[in-house]
Amino acid sequence: MNRRLRWLLGLLIIIALLVGIIFYPPASMLEWQSISLMRFFFILSLCCVFCLYRIMRGPTPADRVVAIDILGILIVGFCAVLGIPTGRPWYIDIGIAWALQSFIGTIALAKYLEGKGFEE
Amino acid sequence: MIEIIAYIFIVVGLMFDLFGCIGLVRLPDVYNRLQASTKCVTLGTCSILFGLFLFRGFTATGIKALLCIVFIMLTAPVSAHAIARGAHISGVRLWDKSVCDKYEEDKNKL
Repeated sequence: MNRRLRWLLGLLIIIALLVGIIFYPPASMLEWQSISLMRFFFILSLCCVFCLYRIMRGPTPADRVVAIDILGILIVGFCAVLGIPTGRPWYIDIGIAWALQSFIGTIALAKYLEGKGFEE
Repeated sequence: MIEIIAYIFIVVGLMFDLFGCIGLVRLPDVYNRLQASTKCVTLGTCSILFGLFLFRGFTATGIKALLCIVFIMLTAPVSAHAIARGAHISGVRLWDKSVCDKYEEDKNKL
C-alpha cells in the first residue's frame, strides 16, 4: 500500500510539472517561434532535473553512471537548441567536444565499475 | 516551409528525450533504466541535431550537426554496452520479477 501511494505521488508530480511547462507562457499567434524556443529550453531543463534526481539517489553506483552518460547526451541537445536563435556556429563545436569527452569519461567509469566488485 | 519541418523534427526529438528521462526516473532496475534512457535519449538528440541541419542547410553549422549525429550514433551503444557489462560484473542484482539472465548462464558455462 505504501509503495503504491509513493508511485501515485511521483506520477502526480511529473504530470503537474508537464502541464506547468506546456501552459506557462500563454500562447499567442504573433511570436510563436520565441515562445516555442522557451518551451524547448524548459523541457530540456526538466530532463536535466530528472537526471540529477537519479544521480542524487541512485541505489547503486551503476545508476549514477547511467545518469551521467544521459546528462552528457542531453547537454549536446542543449547546445543544438542554443544554435537556432543565436545563429552562432561555435555552439555546435562545444556540442561535439562535449560528446567526445562524455564518451571517454563513461568508458573510464565503466572500467572502474568492472574492477570494483562491491556487494549490492 | 522547411522551418516548419525542422520544428516538427525538434519537437519529436524533445518528446523522445522526455520519455527517456521519465523512464530513467521511474523504472525499477539498472538494466531497465539503461535500456529506456539510452535508446530514447540518443534518438531524441539525433533528431534535434537533424532539425538544426534542416534550419541551416549546407553551411558550417549544418555539416557539423551531421558530424555530431554520426559521432553520437557510433559512441552511445558502445558506452551503454560497457556500462551494462560493468554493472553485471560488479554484482548488481536484477529486479525480482525479471524472467531470465542469459549472461549469468554463459558465465557459468565458461
